[in-house]
Amino acid sequence: MAVAEEIRASSETLLDRKATRRPANLGQIIRWTILFLGGILMVMPIAFMISTSLKWPHEVYNLNLIPEEPTLDNYRYVLEDGRFYWWFLNSLIIATITTLSNVFFDSLIGYTLCKFRFPGRYIVFIAILSTLMIPTEMLVIPWYLMSQQFGWLDTYWGIMFPGLMTAFGTFLMKQFFETVPDDFIEAARIDGLNEFQIWWTVAMPLVRPALAALAIFVFLGNWTAFIWPLIVTNSTEHYTLPVGLSSFGDEADVAWELIMTGAAISTLPTLIVFLIFQRFIIRGVVMAGLKG
Amino acid sequence: MADVSLMKLVKAYDRTEVLHGIDLNIEDGEFVVFVGPSGCGKSTTLRLIAGLEEVTSGEIRIGGRVVNNLEPKERDIAMVFQNYAIYPHMSVRKNIGFGLRTAKMPKSDKDKRIEEVAEILDMSALLDRKPSQLSGGQRQRVAIGRAMVRDPAVFLFDEPLSNLDAQLRTQMRLEIKKLHQRVGNTIIFVTHDQVEAMTMADRIVIMKDGYIQQVGTPAEVYHKPANTFVAQFIGAPSMNMLPGAVNGGSVRLDTGAEVALGHRLESGRRVVLGVRPEDLAPDIDGAALVEGQVMVREPLGHETLIYVGAGDAEIIAKADGRLPPELGETVSLTADPANIHVFDAASGEALT
Repeated sequence: MAVAEEIRASSETLLDRKATRRPANLGQIIRWTILFLGGILMVMPIAFMISTSLKWPHEVYNLNLIPEEPTLDNYRYVLEDGRFYWWFLNSLIIATITTLSNVFFDSLIGYTLCKFRFPGRYIVFIAILSTLMIPTEMLVIPWYLMSQQFGWLDTYWGIMFPGLMTAFGTFLMKQFFETVPDDFIEAARIDGLNEFQIWWTVAMPLVRPALAALAIFVFLGNWTAFIWPLIVTNSTEHYTLPVGLSSFGDEADVAWELIMTGAAISTLPTLIVFLIFQRFIIRGVVMAGLKG
Repeated sequence: MADVSLMKLVKAYDRTEVLHGIDLNIEDGEFVVFVGPSGCGKSTTLRLIAGLEEVTSGEIRIGGRVVNNLEPKERDIAMVFQNYAIYPHMSVRKNIGFGLRTAKMPKSDKDKRIEEVAEILDMSALLDRKPSQLSGGQRQRVAIGRAMVRDPAVFLFDEPLSNLDAQLRTQMRLEIKKLHQRVGNTIIFVTHDQVEAMTMADRIVIMKDGYIQQVGTPAEVYHKPANTFVAQFIGAPSMNMLPGAVNGGSVRLDTGAEVALGHRLESGRRVVLGVRPEDLAPDIDGAALVEGQVMVREPLGHETLIYVGAGDAEIIAKADGRLPPELGETVSLTADPANIHVFDAASGEALT
């Protein structure tokens, strides 16, 4: 009985608190308004993408968000066009291999730079970091010349090679390995593991959130990559999804409704990946920022 | 089991020498504690023995074998770290069994060994838990278990109790000592806590600035300190130091008091007399070593520490817990000459 009364009393207190909650002040209203507008700004392109994918060609340049005569014909057309699946598969293969490669090599380099003391370590790290300051546009020409000389033009390898290891990934992983106490590494060394085993068995499981974050960044980056795949590929069977989608239409006109349909479909895998792993992305970014 | 010998061991980082030729023999099955203030080189010595640091010069022998160029895994040692170093992603069972990963033995034997160790450490019920579900003391036991499972010749402990609270530290101290009595392996234990050193060691190695100051049993280092550093480092509260000059068969303290010595030293020599707080007693026959007012009292229940102002010096003494002198009261304290330590004022070395 006493307990029941106590519970009732405490719940009443809670209700009272709720009832007497202070009204939002001007600052809060301004903050919410800015956030709301920001949210709208972020969502609009996606909304227009979906809206356009449901429109007929004659309605594409009409800016209304709700199509006058919604149709699924665009989806039918894109999904029945065999090239779409081919490009989807190309993107999937390239993004997956690049992701695995980055997870492996970036973490291996990051671990080495973090946990081993050797002459020139700092210079190597700075050299890697400095490449972050070079924009992709500047690198495209040397990559192209290199691909041409090695016969990599219009091949999967040609599309993938620039992104198999990244300075950003190396930096991210190095910062994460800083959080792994040296005692773990030394304990494993005393227990008889070799350096590769220590990295794989002890260090890697301890930086799983960073690996997940890196994997998502790399996968999304390669899934949406456009400029380099466009330059290095010639034949439609080597196109990635973004390059393939941009080829919809003819010389006279761009078939925006089909491009938007393909884009909407191609967004789904990344959306799923993001929804599953978003907490790792946030953690990865926060850690990289804190430790940087 | 094995003995450990350090011969003229030197360690330098670039041009900075941190260990200056350490010589030490540790007997097979002995429990040796390295103690000293931060930066004295005790952990570095341990890491050199473990093979985690490279020796600059000198020799390390484990079981008669020179191990300078051997990898840690080839030295037949196991180490317990200050931060436990138990892997958070593995269960207690996997953590304890980690040391057996590279051991060439059947899985059933490995499992049996893990369970034996868990039983010794009273952890059988916790084998399937993750480290995050364990208390500090239990984590420390897992770390010890991981070292034990390999049955190494030498156990190395690097300040393993520093992260535990006072009560748990006392308990773990006792457990490690019992463990040593049970398994009998050679143990080298590093700590900065002189109480840990005194209570656990067969022999204590006191270090300062990369030099060994004294090696001896707890009783030896307490009752016969080799120099003023050891005298003040071992024992809490620290030994009182009273400077003075030799005057025939006695010492005239700078405070003016005259203290008779049991033996003769050259007259005029500057010395420092060391007296432990518990050796100071109220003076009843007019031969006070120290006379002054009680400045501070620290009641500890069974006894009270009193801080007596004697000239520029502050002397600590232990008084009866029930009837301590009042604050501001003038007290005269003396000590049995047999309990007075004499050190050379310049070198700090013991003269008796």
